[in-house]
Parts: sequence; structure tokens; C-alpha cells
Amino acid sequence: MGNVIGIGAAPKRKEDQRFLTGRGNYVSDIKRPGMAAGVFVRSPHGHAVLRGIDKSAALAAPGVIAVLTGEDVKADGLGSLPCGWGISDAKGVPMKEPPFPMLAQGKVRFVGDMVAFVVAETPEQANVGAELLKIDYEVLPSVVGLLEAVRPNAPQLFDDVPNNICCDWELGDKAAVETAFKKAAHVAKLSLVNNRLIGNPMEPRAAIAEYEPGTDRFTLWTTSQFPHVVRFLMGALVLNIPQHKLRVVAPDVGGGFGVKQFHYGEEAVITWAAKRVRRPVKWVASRSEGYVSDRHGRDHVTEAELALDETGKFLAFRVNTLANMGGYLSTFGPNIPTNLYGPLLGGVYTTPAIYCNVKVVFTNTVPVDAYRGAGRPEATFVLERIVDVAASEMGIDRVEIRRRNMIPKEAYPYQTPVLVQYDSGDPMGCLDGALVAADVKNFGIRKAASASKGKFRGLGYSTYVEACGLAPSRFAGRLGARGGLYESATVRVHPTGQVTVMIGTHNHGQGHETTFAQIVSEKLGVAFENVDIVFGDTDRVQFGMGTYGSRSLVVGGAALSKATDKVIAKGKKIASHLLEAAEVDIQFEAGKFSVAGTDRSKTFEEIAGAAYVPHNYPLEVLEPGLEEQAYYDPVNFTYPGGCHIAEVEVDPETGTVTLVNYTAVDDVGTVINPMIVEGQLHGGIVQGVGQALFENAVYDEGSGQLLSGSLMDYCMPRADHLPMMKVATHSTLCTHTPMGVKGCGEVGTIGSPAAVINAVVDALSHLGVTHVDMPATPNRIWRLLQNASLPVAAE
Amino acid sequence: MKPFSYHQPDQIPDAARLLTSIEDSKLVAGGMTLIPTLKQRLANPPALVDLSKLGSLKGITDGGATITIGAMTPHAVVAASKLVQAKTPGLAALASMIGDPAVRSRGTIGGSVANNDPAADYPAGVLGLGATIVTSVREIAADKFFLGLFETALVPGEIITAIRFPVPLKAGYAKFKAPASRYALVGVFVAKFADGVRVAVTGAGSGVFRVPPMEAALSSNFDPSAVAAIKIDTDGLTSDIHAEADYRAHLVTVMAKRAVDAALS
Ligand SMILES: Cc1cc2nc3c(=O)[nH]c(=O)nc-3n(C[C@H](O)[C@H](O)[C@H](O)COP(=O)(O)OP(=O)(O)OC[C@H]3O[C@@H](n4cnc5c(N)ncnc54)[C@H](O)[C@@H]3O)c2cc1C
Repeated sequence: MGNVIGIGAAPKRKEDQRFLTGRGNYVSDIKRPGMAAGVFVRSPHGHAVLRGIDKSAALAAPGVIAVLTGEDVKADGLGSLPCGWGISDAKGVPMKEPPFPMLAQGKVRFVGDMVAFVVAETPEQANVGAELLKIDYEVLPSVVGLLEAVRPNAPQLFDDVPNNICCDWELGDKAAVETAFKKAAHVAKLSLVNNRLIGNPMEPRAAIAEYEPGTDRFTLWTTSQFPHVVRFLMGALVLNIPQHKLRVVAPDVGGGFGVKQFHYGEEAVITWAAKRVRRPVKWVASRSEGYVSDRHGRDHVTEAELALDETGKFLAFRVNTLANMGGYLSTFGPNIPTNLYGPLLGGVYTTPAIYCNVKVVFTNTVPVDAYRGAGRPEATFVLERIVDVAASEMGIDRVEIRRRNMIPKEAYPYQTPVLVQYDSGDPMGCLDGALVAADVKNFGIRKAASASKGKFRGLGYSTYVEACGLAPSRFAGRLGARGGLYESATVRVHPTGQVTVMIGTHNHGQGHETTFAQIVSEKLGVAFENVDIVFGDTDRVQFGMGTYGSRSLVVGGAALSKATDKVIAKGKKIASHLLEAAEVDIQFEAGKFSVAGTDRSKTFEEIAGAAYVPHNYPLEVLEPGLEEQAYYDPVNFTYPGGCHIAEVEVDPETGTVTLVNYTAVDDVGTVINPMIVEGQLHGGIVQGVGQALFENAVYDEGSGQLLSGSLMDYCMPRADHLPMMKVATHSTLCTHTPMGVKGCGEVGTIGSPAAVINAVVDALSHLGVTHVDMPATPNRIWRLLQNASLPVAAE
Repeated sequence: MKPFSYHQPDQIPDAARLLTSIEDSKLVAGGMTLIPTLKQRLANPPALVDLSKLGSLKGITDGGATITIGAMTPHAVVAASKLVQAKTPGLAALASMIGDPAVRSRGTIGGSVANNDPAADYPAGVLGLGATIVTSVREIAADKFFLGLFETALVPGEIITAIRFPVPLKAGYAKFKAPASRYALVGVFVAKFADGVRVAVTGAGSGVFRVPPMEAALSSNFDPSAVAAIKIDTDGLTSDIHAEADYRAHLVTVMAKRAVDAALS
């Protein structure tokens, strides 16, 4: 018999057994009898009229089974890819929502836009068929940059979307902000770019679809973070397949980071094609294909202004942002730079008035959507950068200005002027902890040591908060969500006392099979090894919204906790019958139901056995079996946060920035498995460091070509880019989640870019540098130093 | 990848014959450059002629005043070679900086030199040391071999069998890695011989090139300070999303200094 491994323990991850021994089961591992291969033909142009497609040569090629195009989609009367959020402007006018056909119709709007799907006996034959398609394009000028796209006379993507503006969104009290700015002793201003990113999960996207004529059922295996949502969006809104006739399976998935939390046209096309050709069809993206089709992240241009009084207290904050949507609206697209951005502009500060305007803009680029952190890293970057700018302009220490404006621990719950109410937190505690852990006290010594080698050393802070645990459905509905955001869990206790959990979140690297098993092990007192977590299959799991927005533990874990409570409650009823005691006298602890004040008890296994063999059982009042389900809709977001401190060294000769130390003290609420939390923080921080120093998706204006279209040109952070990180938690408990958890999946990515860039600016501040755009590449730093035109240290 | 026939000759003449008799056929050495282009369907040779069974193309030999490295010698073997480390440590260091361990254990010096990628490392070492490219039909001086962007003096059917390097008095290589690819954004190889200094630059332009003013300055004073003030003209230098031409020009000076430093240490 194994042991209970409960909350706070750090067992090795259950799932790693299969991953590390090469026994994972990914979509591309799956083979179906009679399976054909599919290849997508994608637009090589950023913007073009699609005049016609001649399929004849392709169809005549050996092995080619079918060639499908937008015309076929139209002929079959299929729907457009839906957007899950409908936002509105200040006057209540809904966003412009042009159709997003699953295969292009009439026009292509980004390099990678899907034009045709070729199905053949083998991938090679499908590729040959694809090369034989004759596609007649009338190439139009592309517009890829935000500033360019909103200019008068810019190329326009959709006839009915003037200036390419999808929505002119705003939040906050504009008048109050204007009044406050008039009274300000100082106004800090900052223009910045939040660079465009490409998620690059290790496993490229892939899908297999199969149609069974005997039952009229479809099965789609897909690399998805949310199979039930794909079933709903694709079945109900695109392909008109009844929900009970569609099974969506997302088996092992090799990383997502948001890239796999959208309903993609590929999924719909392949499912539709499987019925048309009466064969299972498989498609696996290449890495290069992923670059021009996986949804990208970030891509903002922002002007921000912070009003302060003479003591450095923030009076008001005004932010104007242009946010790139790419060529069409993706599943969450318009929600990210608006609802997940504006409400975070309060940060951990008491700023009384905030106004934010976001123009959501179409361009000839891959659709932009959520990428780890989604909106909150962008907000944190603007705020934490401008706080540093204000501090330096007013001659106030950067830590001191933060302290003067921080929400004190006692002030929670704290209502911000931008919708959200923080339930708990202790930003000052995180800051104090981080200052010690980062040995800020001795930074001067380290800076001098760097200087003696001709290097510039800098220190950067980011004291941040985020909103996750997506999301309270009612609140989200008011903001434009078109679906619910609850989560569900079923706890199935087997007659022998082992437990299978069916949960609607999806594990693709986060360690759910371990964390959730720990919760059940702790709560039911069953051995850790006797709990299995099932996810990712709409035929096996009742329902679910999936994994994104640091919601799995916060929302899914809460549903799981509630379902386990129901199991315990039913167990007490059974125990009360078996032990002939009043139900109120039954206690459950450490896997035992006992009568208070006596030594009479029944084990969890005995109760499970009695539930399934109900010979001595109150059948009149209680159903047999021991299986409970719970749906949980959160009452608020959760607000993890913390303090990150980055320390960099800049080589002025080459402009190279080296991250030499990194410290994070985060408040993630209750920690279920500290090892997994640490891993999530490490991974998150690395992605944020990637944004700050290395990653950049670059398009060519005019042609719309992606210039950073492979790992040879898009720089992912690597192990040798990073120091050993110091991460710690300083937790306050969430007041409204069952276990006090806050979520930890995105905090690293949210806190880190600002910390790193603040450190780079600090290192160069003696040269008059006040801002560095991301990524802080050697060329960019060198250029700043050239412009600073100060003598650069020789040797 | 499109279908092709695959040949594994064990004699150089057989390889040469296959190469000339099957039109558009290609040699494959480590495959580190060739295979990705096949996978992306950018090249579709009807036949591949694999050099891996040609034993005479492997290995490193000591010729006293020269070192000869067989064309099929992987980068990792050059990097770890005691002989190269002892006689021309700068060349061993260069090999150790190529790609990653997997690339170094497959990729070969012959493949790298034949490919003449404008950002590859070996061309800087070969030109900087004034090496001789030995082929199945002749010997070609490095100065006559590299003809610009992926262009070399090789004629169809010609196979590199070895590279013969003169042993310098001192030599060093400094590489500023391109952030994503880790090829040379700028790499500079300096070599000091009794009769003067050679300086070869890779990564900065459309192909490896020498820098006569630096060579002259270092010939009279082999010290980093000798090149510190020598600026490179940006004409012909590459500008791309990673580095603008003037930055590359600046890096040539910085890497030249560091290469001299490395040669002296
Ligand atoms: C991830 C990655 C990173 C890399 N990083 C670097 C780097 O930092 N620096 C660097 O310099 N290189 C780098 N490379 C390239 C690597 O060094 C390759 O080894 C080299 O470019 C080609 O060598 P190969 O043996 O693989 O040749 P192949 O790919 O087999 O062949 C390349 C070309 O040369 C021809 N060829 C091969 N051998 C001969 C011969 N003996 N005679 C005539 N023609 C021949 C082939 O026909 C082909 O056209 C990298 C490659 C990869 C995949």
C-alpha cells in the first residue's frame, strides 16, 4: 500500500514516467486504419485577391484523393471560425467582426492563410499535389505595422472595416484622469512597443479526424488545450455537427503556452474532409508551418502617461495602445489586449484614476491571440516601466517610489478604479523578501566589479500583480465573453477504493496528474498512487473549459475539491448507516469515517465497497455507488503577484546583455506541490526573459513576409542564456477559492520582462538612456550607445 | 522530402563518376545543411552520393609544417584533436564553436567549406590560415576558392578530399554568435606567420573576406591595440533583422581585437 501524498508535498511527477520513457501518446503517434494524409496550401502573400484555383493537375496526380478550397466550404454552407468574445466601444457599438473562413474566400490576409487542403494516400503525394495547384493571386500591398495600419490610405483588409480598426475600446474614468493630470506636480511619459512573439511549443500542432458512417459520429484528435470548447465551437458553430455526434480528443500535448487554446481552421477542415473522403485524415504541422499559422502573441504600440504629486504619489495613469489582431479575429483575440490588459493597469498601487484606450487593429499578419500571460505581461510592462521613468525623472529611488504607492496588506480587499477587486495580497512583503534574496544591499560592490572589467551592471525591479483563474462567468459575460468559464470535475470512487478523476482542464506539461492526485490523496486519505486523472477526451470527461489563464488549479482544482467534499458527505451518510450513529456524529479524517468520541470506524475502502455492494445500505434514501461531480464557477479572479529583481551586465563593446542574477518572490496562494510551482516559475520567467532579450517576430512591411520564420531567425532563450534563478513564495491566501490557491502558471512571464528591461535601462542610465525596447538585442543596445555618443570603454 | 536514389561508393573515382553520370545528383557528407533543404523541398536531387564510406577522407595527419584534415572529418573530431590543439589551437577553438554537439558530431569540414555559407566558421579559418583545398582533381589555394555567397571554385563532379593547413606561429578566432542560429554574425580569424599576418572575416558580408589594413597593422605589431582603431567600410556588408551593416562593421573591429587576444593567450 502506498502513502497519502498531500498538499505541500513534492512528489516526482506521475506523468514523467511515460514522458521520460518515450511512452507518451501524442496526436502524431496515433495511426488509424486506412488513414490518408492532408497538407494545407497556404498563402505565400500577405495580402492578395484570390482570383481562382485550378485543381485539375493536382487531382490528376498519383495518390491524390481530394483537393478542397474555400469554394467547397461555401458550397457546403459551413460557418466561419467564431470569436469567443464580442467587445464593444465606449458607445456600446460592437466590434467589427468580419468572417474568418476556414479556407480563404475571395482574399488572403496573411502569409500562411489557408487556401486549400490536399488529401492523398501519403504525405509525399499530398505535397506533390499541393505543388501542382495553380492559384491565381492578384497581390495587394500588405500592412503589418500598427502605426502604418491606422494611417489614412493604408491598405485595408476588409471593405467594411475603415482604417483597419476592429474596435476602439476604453476603460476607466477619462474625465477624472484629465482633472488629476491638471493638478500633477510631475507627468512621466513613455512610448513603447510590446514585441510580437511566437509561442513555439515543443510539439507542433497536429490533427486526425475520422468519420464513422455506421453511427454518424466524428472523432477529432487534436493538439488542444481545450477539447470541449473545440467540440462546441467547431461542432455547433462551424460544421453543424450535433454535440453528441462529435468526440474531440486531446491526448498528450507537448506544450501549449496559449498557442493551442484556440479553435483553428485546420481542425474544422480536417474533420469536414474526413467525412467527404470517408477516410481518417491526418495532418502534422512542420515547425515552419507553425511559424505562419500558430497564433502569435503581444504586439502593442503604447503611449503612457503617469501623473504624480510632488511626493511621488501616483495621481492618475493614462494609457493609449494600438493592439495587433492580425488578419482575422482568433478565438480570444479581442479579449486579450482589452479585458486582460486595462484592468491590470492599477498594478499593486493605489493610483486613484486610470484611463485606458485600446484600438484593436487588423493587419496582414498571423492572427494574434493569447500567449502565456496574455494581456497582463503587456500591462505590467507599461506600468513597471513608467514607474521607473517617473522615479528617475523625480529623483526618487525606484524602490521607494514603489513603497510610497503600494497597496498596504491591511487595505485588502482592494477595489481598483479599473473593474477588478483584489481579494488578498502583500506586495510589500514580496518586495522586502526579494530585496534580501537578491542581495540588493551589496549590488554596489558587484557593479564596481563589473565596471572594473569595462562592463555596465544594472538592477531592475518589477512589483506586479496579475488576474488569473479565468474566470467568473457572470463578470466575464458583462465584458463580452460568449461562453462560461467555470470548470467541472467528477470523482469516481471504485468499489475497491481507488479513485479516477475526470476533469475538464487539460494537462500539457503543468503536472496536473500529480497536483490533482495530491489534492484527492490529501482530502480522501487514499494513496497517491491510487488516484488517476483523466482529461482531454469529450467522451470520457463530462465537460470542461480547458487549460489557460492559470485556471486549472484555481478553477478546476476548486471543482475537484468540491466534488471530493461531496464524496465525503455521501460517505458520511453511508457510514452513519453502517455504524448506526447519527450523521452529524460521523467524522472523516485520514481516510477513516468514525463516530465522534468512540473507536468505532469504517475505512474509506469499506465505505466504497458498501456503496457498490449495497446489501446493508439505506437504499430508500441513498443511491448506491460513490461518484460525485461538481461544477465550479469562481466568484472573482485570483490575483497572484510578487516582486522580481533582475540583474544584468552589459558589454558596451558589443551591446550584449547578460542576465547575471534573477530573483523572484511570488505570492501564489496555497502551494500544493512546491516543486511544480518552482518549475512553473522557472519556465514562466524564461519566457519573459525571452521576450525581453531575444524573441521578436518581424514582418516585412509591404510584402507581409515573416522575416523571423524559423528557429534560425527567431531566437528562443536557451539554458546558457540564464543564470541559476532564485525563486521563492511569499503567500497570502486567496479568500474565495476553496484551498486558498491563486495560480502560478503565468506569473513568471508577467513579472519578468519589466524587471529585465528595467535592469538594462539602469545599467545604461548614466549614459542618459531612459528606455530600451524589447528585445534588447546587442544591435539595439549598441545603437543606443552610439546615439548616447559617449566614449565607450576600450578593452 | 522528394524521393531520390542513394549511393554509398567506397572509392573516390566511383563517387566522382556517379556525380557526373547522374545529372543534378548531390554529395552528402554530414547532411547537416543538405538534409534540411531536402526536407523543406528546396532541393530535389535525383540521387545522393554519400561520402561516408570513403575512409581516405577521414582523419587528421601531421605534415610537420602543415596539418591535413580529411574532408569527412567532423567538427567535434577537429575540436578534440590533440594535434590541432597543439599546433593551431585557434582552429580547434573554431571547430568547437560550430553549432551544437549534435551538429559538431555530424557536420564535416569538407561539407562546410564546399557549402561556403556566408556565416559559416570554417571559411574564416581556411582563408585566415591560407589553407589549400585538396580535391579529387587538383589543389586550390583558399584565396582562389571562396567566390562569394555559397559560391566556390569547385566544378561539377569535383570532390573535396582534404584541407591542408600551414601551421602558423600564432592564430586565434573570435566569434560573435548570431542570437538565434548561432552561426557567425561576425567571426574573425587572425593568423601570424613568419612572413606576415592574415585576417579573415566571416558573417559580415556575402562571403568570407580578408582585411588588408588589419593585416598590415598586425604584421608590424601583433597586438589588439593595432586593430582597435581600424574601421571597416560598411559597403557590401550585410544588413538584416539581427544586425545592421554598421553594427557588423563595428563588430569586425571588436572581434579582430579579441581574435588577436585569443591568439596571444
Ligand atoms: C543547427 C545547426 C547549427 C549550425 N551552426 C553552425 C555554425 O555555428 N557554424 C558553422 O560554420 N556551421 C554551422 N552549421 C552547419 C554545419 O557546420 C554543417 O556541418 C556544414 O554546413 C555542412 O557540413 P555537412 O558535412 O553537414 O555537409 P552536407 O550538408 O552533407 O553538405 C553540404 C553541401 O556540401 C556539399 N559537400 C559535402 N561534402 C563535400 C565534399 N567533400 N566535396 C564537395 N562537396 C561537398 C554537399 O553536396 C552539399 O551541397 C550548423 C548546422 C545546423 C544544422
